[in-house]
Amino acid sequence: MISVAGVAYTYGSGRTGRPALADISLNVAPREFVGIIGANGTGKSTLLRIMAGLIPPMRGTITIDSRRVDGPDRRVGLVFQEPRLLPWRSALDNVAFPLELAGVPRGVREARARELLGLVGLADAGALRPHQLSGGMRQRAAIARALALEPAVLLLDEPFSALDALTRERFNRQLEAIWRETGTTVVLVTHSISEAIFLADRVAVLAGRPGRIVAEVPISLSRPRSVTDLDTAIVSEAAAALRAPLELEAAEPILSEAVG
Amino acid sequence: MSIRRIARDALPVLAGAAIFLAAWKLIVLLGGYQAFVLPAPEVVAARLLRAWMDGTIEPHVVTTLLEIALGFSVAAGLALPVGYLLARSRLAERVISPYLVAAQATPILALAPLIALWFGTGLASKVIICALIVFFPVAVATMVGIRSVDGELLEMGRAFRASPAQVVTLLEIPGALPSIFGGIRVGATLAVIGAIIGEWAGGETGLGVLINLARGSLFDTPLLFATLVTIAAVGVTLYLLVILTERRLVGDRG
Repeated sequence: MISVAGVAYTYGSGRTGRPALADISLNVAPREFVGIIGANGTGKSTLLRIMAGLIPPMRGTITIDSRRVDGPDRRVGLVFQEPRLLPWRSALDNVAFPLELAGVPRGVREARARELLGLVGLADAGALRPHQLSGGMRQRAAIARALALEPAVLLLDEPFSALDALTRERFNRQLEAIWRETGTTVVLVTHSISEAIFLADRVAVLAGRPGRIVAEVPISLSRPRSVTDLDTAIVSEAAAALRAPLELEAAEPILSEAVG
Repeated sequence: MSIRRIARDALPVLAGAAIFLAAWKLIVLLGGYQAFVLPAPEVVAARLLRAWMDGTIEPHVVTTLLEIALGFSVAAGLALPVGYLLARSRLAERVISPYLVAAQATPILALAPLIALWFGTGLASKVIICALIVFFPVAVATMVGIRSVDGELLEMGRAFRASPAQVVTLLEIPGALPSIFGGIRVGATLAVIGAIIGEWAGGETGLGVLINLARGSLFDTPLLFATLVTIAAVGVTLYLLVILTERRLVGDRG
């Protein structure tokens, strides 16, 4: 189980400091798929970076299976908003990169990387360089890379936000399949309500400045899900439940801008 | 590679060379210059051939190549870590870079006799002069290259627990390599100039010495030209070697 307990974070310090997160607590069960949704600037990416151990929280703790995360952690696989592949390496060598860093011998890591490329549907693309891949293929290679060390939890930071809607739908289905196949816990940050509902067991809504979790909505839709499910009553209820706190927040700055 | 492709690549080069040689010959003919002023291309070619056959040129080429190889290696070996330091430490940049620029702005021609005075007219002084002139472009290119490495890739490396040494060898150096090679290309051609200048400051053998001999006591202008051709050929060969290495190491990054 992953446990975020009372996490707070402020960019900068003193009077010029910009609070980004306030008192975030969130528990994610093993094999659970949790979505974190929020508008820009509510600290979604910051929260994910803290969970990945890339930045230390100013208050609170992150624990995975009751062991604290106090730096980049091998139990965590992180997928950034951008693919961040090494342009001088083939897709295969990019996927094998974390294994290479961990000192896994070449033969073993290449076999494992090949397996992972197959898992994300890139079995034939191993020899290609990142610039020869499409945006979606690059991001899937990044997912394969994040899975290389068999992490307990996969953290995804709006991984498909740069893709067109149709491609995104396709990759979301694939992400669901990967999640079921690997049995890893997933935390997905997104700003798309439909994406969150389609993928997650539970969606946490992050709102405000600094960001707080203002709602947690369970999505009781059966799996595997399909795009046509998005018309059912469960979905519209969930969407309404997610939209309410988001819109409450979105309304404020627009009004104040209009008045000011 | 197909014959057609070779023809397509080589043809412009050959045509350019033909035009150059024809223009040279024409100038000699029209100006009516004697061989001790401006020898015709075929005279230079014949002299070059003879200088190689009778062993006039070979020891000089060997000496100069040795100076270049050592000078370049010393310079690159120092410039890579210094360039890295300049890129990653503000303090180092503030302290070192004024001297670097000042050293580069001082004409190497003026420094060469001093260096020959301090280190003698043997190999050491040539290697030092050669290294001095090569150091700057390689160090600056390394600095620029390391600084240009994508911060997002470094964060990715951190997320996957890259050790500091792995960050340098697997992220920073490969990321900076295209820029570093830009500096090495410049450095390779400067290395030739450095060796020649070093030899002019005093020495027994070397292509620079041969130039002085041909121009002075021997009064053999065709030999002077033959030496110049050899020096140019050394420079071009080194440059091509660097480019080939670059293609192997940097490859296609799109």
